[in-house]
Amino acid sequence: MAIRLFRKKDESDRKIKIPEGMWIKCDACLEIIYKPEVERNLNVCPKCVYHFRIPARERIRAVIDEGTFVEFGEEMESVDVLNFTDTKKYVDRLKEAKKKTGRKEAVITGKGKIQGDEVALAVLDFEFQGGSMGSVVGEKIAITAEVALESRLPLIIFSASGGARMQEGTLSLMQMAKTSAALGRLSDARLPFISVLTDPTTGGVAASFAMLGDVIISEPGALVGFAGPRVIEQTIQQKLPEGFQRAEFLLEHGMVDMIVERSRLKATLSTILRYLSGSGDR
Amino acid sequence: MILQYLDFERPIVDLENRLEQLKRLDDGTDKGVKEEIGKLEKKIGKIRKEVFSNLTRWQITQLARHPNRPYLLDYVNLCFRNFIELHGDRAFRDDPPLVCGFAELEGQRVVLIGQQKGRNTNEKIQRNFGMANPEGYRKALRVMKMAEKFRLPVITFIDTPGAFPGIGAEERGQSEAIARNLLEMSHLKTPIVVAVIGEGGSGGALAIGVGDEILMMEYSVYSVISPEGCASILWRDTAKAEVAAEMMKITAPDLKKFGVIDRIIPEPLGGAHRDHKAAGDTLKAALLEALLPLLSMPIPQLLERRYRKFREMGAIRRKAGGAA
Repeated sequence: MAIRLFRKKDESDRKIKIPEGMWIKCDACLEIIYKPEVERNLNVCPKCVYHFRIPARERIRAVIDEGTFVEFGEEMESVDVLNFTDTKKYVDRLKEAKKKTGRKEAVITGKGKIQGDEVALAVLDFEFQGGSMGSVVGEKIAITAEVALESRLPLIIFSASGGARMQEGTLSLMQMAKTSAALGRLSDARLPFISVLTDPTTGGVAASFAMLGDVIISEPGALVGFAGPRVIEQTIQQKLPEGFQRAEFLLEHGMVDMIVERSRLKATLSTILRYLSGSGDR
Repeated sequence: MILQYLDFERPIVDLENRLEQLKRLDDGTDKGVKEEIGKLEKKIGKIRKEVFSNLTRWQITQLARHPNRPYLLDYVNLCFRNFIELHGDRAFRDDPPLVCGFAELEGQRVVLIGQQKGRNTNEKIQRNFGMANPEGYRKALRVMKMAEKFRLPVITFIDTPGAFPGIGAEERGQSEAIARNLLEMSHLKTPIVVAVIGEGGSGGALAIGVGDEILMMEYSVYSVISPEGCASILWRDTAKAEVAAEMMKITAPDLKKFGVIDRIIPEPLGGAHRDHKAAGDTLKAALLEALLPLLSMPIPQLLERRYRKFREMGAIRRKAGGAA
């Protein structure tokens, strides 16, 4: 008995000695896949085309021409205006998120080029407090829309968010109005806005800027909806159908224009931009 | 209407009932009864003041949801004349929790939009507990566009636990419907006055809540998520709703302080449900006061003002020398 236990331990020790994290299990097909290969493949499973969530930085690397991205608004930080504490203090949650991501908030905003065409860009970061929208995220999205307006640029927003940030209360809710109003001005000036939905895009982010694109693109399999599946199940006391609120479901119901795989995203954005550019107010 | 009472209203109501009994006994002959009535009235006044000057945010939430609280259609009768309801989104169906129509406010023709809750079980089901579907928001937008076209100001009344979270609602694009209203209301070329009359529940409330003047009844609430929902997500315990309500600061004075609303409409002693008529009178006066100055404002100025109002909401720390 003791020997067996000992041997078991020995085996597991040996397992750990394999360079850590070189192999990962795909969340969807459960196959063991080689991490560097997945990374080369833009974090898409080479076996089943499952799209892993990726941090905002990588997203920018994947769609913006190298060396063209210029960030703005990175100095903005959230304020604990409500003095909010749940099981943890909001200020501590913010500290943790900053430490984890090395960034001050849940969205990166800036200008950059896509196959030579300049765009204003905002990319939400799910790693930072679930990409939730508080005052700073709302402000940075609005500023990006205003930069697009002033510089006559198309706007692209990548969403990845659980919704409005509860810890900032009603001020978070108001960011939905703020961002949508800024997009209204962009629309009035006939400047294009392309919204890209990634996994997940729900709640107050879905119910504001994310669903307001002139063209709306979704990544395959992304969860997109207003209410979370758990809330719906509790409300209607029914099991939800397979694939409910996934990108394919939204396409079928007419809520998105297309589903585009990550590998084709940059080229697709570039093509659409060329159809829509030059339409700004003259 | 069957009168119902919240726990913290109980001591007041018990004393009031005793007062009623005493008053019935009082035939003007017994000096002792008169004295007793006087004492009791004083006591009621004192207790009511004590209770209502120390309401917790959770108690205010309960008042906002009070089963006897006046709803949209009550205020239609109390504050407006010649109401004509308009139905349907012209695409899918009519959504009863969201009511739209023409109405006259002191001679001023307006378009009125708001959520309607039900009073009894049948009504509650018919009105879907005040939770609109996408077609409700699209009906509201259709009617708002008509208001713009015919230069009628818009008044909206918010009273909803939230947009309906259902399968059909998701299939028909609940999030798109809400988002579209936010965008369109932000630049609708006619004055918009918003009044939160009860529950302002999340995106489902805001979807008819973008306007030039935002009013809130004294005992109404306006929040990003219901206290129960917040408690369930952050504490994993709906029993923490009371704490969540405190934390989120969802009352009219809180939101006035944060610049989310413009004015607070005082309610009658003990809350709007204790005196519908008085609540209606105050609301009507507040609506007129908010609306009249907007009517003479040039549209570009009105829209710039509306844009700035929402543009400036939020709490942000910018380091010195920051670009934005």
